[in-house]
Amino acid sequence: MARRGVPPWSRRRFLQASGIGAAALVAAACGGNTGRGGGAAGTLTQWYHQYGEDGVEEAVKRYAAAYDKAEVSVQWTPGNYDTKLLSALQGSAPPDVFEYQTKADLVRAGQLEPLDDIIKDVKDDFSAASLASHTFEGSVYGIPQAVDTQVLVYRKSLLDDAGLEPPKTFEALVDAAEALTKGDRKGLFLGNNGGADVLGPVPLFSAGLGYVTDDHKVGFDDPAAAKAFGGLHTLFESDALLLGAPTDWSDPSALLQELTAMQWTGLWALPQIEAEFGDDFGVLPWPKLTDDGAASVPVGAFGAMVYAKGEQADAARDFVKWLWIDKTDYQEDFNLGYGFHIPPRTTIAAKADKLSSGPAADVVGFVEELGRPSTPPEWTPAMDSAYKDALSNIIKSGKKPETELKTAAETVQRELDKLFG
Amino acid sequence: MLLDRPAWAFWLFAGPFVIGLGVFSYIPILWSVYLSFFEARNTVAPTEFVGLRNYAQMLTSPAFLDSLLTFTLFALFIVPTTFACSLALALLVNQARWAQPLLRSVYFLPAACSYVVAALIWKLSIFNGVRFGLANTVLGWFGGDTVAWLSVTDPPWYWLVLVTLRLWLQVGFYMLIFLAGLQRIPKVLYEAAYVDGARKGWTTLRHITLPQLRTTSAAVLLLNLVAAYQAFDEFYNVLGSDGAYPPYARPPLVFLYYTALGSGQDFGRGTAGAVILALLIAIVTLIQGRLLGFGRDRT
Repeated sequence: MARRGVPPWSRRRFLQASGIGAAALVAAACGGNTGRGGGAAGTLTQWYHQYGEDGVEEAVKRYAAAYDKAEVSVQWTPGNYDTKLLSALQGSAPPDVFEYQTKADLVRAGQLEPLDDIIKDVKDDFSAASLASHTFEGSVYGIPQAVDTQVLVYRKSLLDDAGLEPPKTFEALVDAAEALTKGDRKGLFLGNNGGADVLGPVPLFSAGLGYVTDDHKVGFDDPAAAKAFGGLHTLFESDALLLGAPTDWSDPSALLQELTAMQWTGLWALPQIEAEFGDDFGVLPWPKLTDDGAASVPVGAFGAMVYAKGEQADAARDFVKWLWIDKTDYQEDFNLGYGFHIPPRTTIAAKADKLSSGPAADVVGFVEELGRPSTPPEWTPAMDSAYKDALSNIIKSGKKPETELKTAAETVQRELDKLFG
Repeated sequence: MLLDRPAWAFWLFAGPFVIGLGVFSYIPILWSVYLSFFEARNTVAPTEFVGLRNYAQMLTSPAFLDSLLTFTLFALFIVPTTFACSLALALLVNQARWAQPLLRSVYFLPAACSYVVAALIWKLSIFNGVRFGLANTVLGWFGGDTVAWLSVTDPPWYWLVLVTLRLWLQVGFYMLIFLAGLQRIPKVLYEAAYVDGARKGWTTLRHITLPQLRTTSAAVLLLNLVAAYQAFDEFYNVLGSDGAYPPYARPPLVFLYYTALGSGQDFGRGTAGAVILALLIAIVTLIQGRLLGFGRDRT
C-alpha cells in the first residue's frame, strides 16, 4: 500500500492538484490511437483509474486473464481519469468496460448500458447507498466495485479529559470543538476550506434535506439549509477550527501531528490512525442538526460499466457479470486484499475480519444504516460547482446564506429542467 | 525552373509549420467558435443549434462575470507591478560592474521553475497556516498570531500568496527582455548627452533610456497583460482542492476549465466563454497598443 490506503480517488485528485492532470489532458488529446483501435474481434478493453495501493494493478490484470470467454486487455490509467475517460467515450476508441460513477448526462447520451438483468438476482445483497448511487430512473448502470466513505474521527482520551461525550448533534460538535481547543491544538478539522469543498450534501442531510427532491426540484432552497451552513460559518470564524494545515482533510496527518483533536476524513485513513493511536480513537457520522434531520455518512462507489454504443456491448456485459457478480472471491480480494474499502455486497463485508471489530466495524454499520450517496446520478458537475460556490461564499466569506443558496438553486433548477423537462 | 525553385523551397520549409498551425491552432479555434453555438455536452459533434444562448448564459453567469472583473482588476495591478519590478531589476543588473552574467542567471532562474512546483512550495511550506510555516514563523518572531493565509478570505491574504508567487516566477523573464533592450541602446547616445551636460541618473533615464526602450516596454506590457488574463497554473495549484476551486480569485480559464473539461464536459458554454475571453483580451490589447503605439514605426 503506497501512501498507506490513500483512497483511489483522493490519489487521483492529488495528481490532478499537482498538475499532472494537465499533462494527462494533453496526453488524452493526442493519444486517440493507443494501439487498440477497434480491437481484434473478441478482445474487450477494460479501463481502471490508478489505485493508490500496491498490487491492485496486478490483481485486476490477473482477474481479466482468468476470463475464458474473451480476451480482456486492461488499461491502467494514471493521471486525470475523468477527463481521459469522458473524452474517450466521445472519441473513436472508447473502452468496452470501465469503472466510473453513474451520471444522468451519460445515461441520456445513451453511453451507458443498463445492467438490470445481470444484477437482478443479487440486488438485495448490495448496500442500499452504493446501489442508489448507480441507479437512475429505476435502472442500474454500474455494478458497485468498492465502497468508500467519510467519517468524523475523534481522540477518545481528549474527549474523556474534557469530560465530553462523543457529539451526537451539530450543537454538541461545536461545543466539543471549542472545549478541545488548547494551545496549538485546535478542536476540529474539516479541511482547509472549512468543509466548503468536502462536506457536499452531508450538512443538508443533517437538516432533513438533500440535493434534489424526488420530483426533480431543488432540495436546499430552504431556511434549514441556511441554518446548517450559517452554523459552519460560525465555526469557521471561531478559534476552534483548524485552518491552513499542510495537508488537507483526506490525509490524517493533521490528527496524527496533534494539530487537531477531531477530523473529518476518509475510511482509507483509519489504518494510519490506528497505527499511531491504537484504540485511542473513535468514529462518528456527521451529526444531525435538527430533529427533522439525521446523522449520515456520504457513500461513494465506482461501478463497473459497459459502453452501450460499442460493438461488443453484449460480450462486455457478460464479462462484467462474470467478474463483478459471479466471482465473489475476486470481489473480496479486490476490496480487502490491498487497500481499505468496504465490499459493497453485505455477504462479503460480513466475512471480512478486519471490518468486524473496533472503529472499522462502526463504519460498516454507518454505511449500512446511515449511508447516503455522496453524488447521486442526477447531480451534474454544473450543479456541483454552483452549490460549492455558494458554500464557499457562505462558510468562508460570510455572505448571506439565503441569497447564496437561492443563486445556486437557480442554476441547479435550470440543469434539472434540462435533464427532466 | 529557376523561378519555381524558391517557391518549392519555401513550401518545403514552411509547409510543415503551416500545416501544424492549421491542424493544431486554426481548426480548433474555428471548431470552438462553431461549438459555441450548439448544445454540446459530452460531444464535440453536436446537433442541437442554440444560437446565442450559450453566450447569453455566460454573460449572465455571476461566476463568470465575477472572474472577468476580478482578473481585469488583477491585470491593472499585476501588469504595472511586474513591469516596474523587472525594469528596475534590469537597470540594476545592467549597472553591475562584476558578476553580471551570474546575477542575470540568478534572477532569471525562477522563470525556469515549474509553476506547479513553485505553487506547491508557496502553499505547503512558505504560506501554510500552522505555526511552523515559514511566513508564520517570521510573524512569530515579531509576536504576531498565526495566519491561515489560504483559508481566510477577510482580509484576503491569498492575494499576497498569489502575487508574490507570480512576481517571483515572472520578473526574471521580463528582466531578461529589458536587459536585451538596454544593451541595444547605442552608447554614443549617452556620451553625446553627457557632452551636452546631461547628468547621469534620472535625466538620462528619462530622456534616453526609457524612450529607447519603448518597443521593448510595449512588448513586455502586452505579454504581461495576456499572461494576467491567462493565469491558470499557480492559481489552480494554490487554491484548488479536491476537484473544486473557491469562487474568489478564480481566473476565467480556471472557471472555463471546470465548465468544459474536468468532469463537466460542457463544450458549448465553455467555448462561448473562451470566445468572450479572447475578444476581451483582443480589445484590451488593441486599446493598449493604440495608447502605446505598439507596432508603429519608430521613426
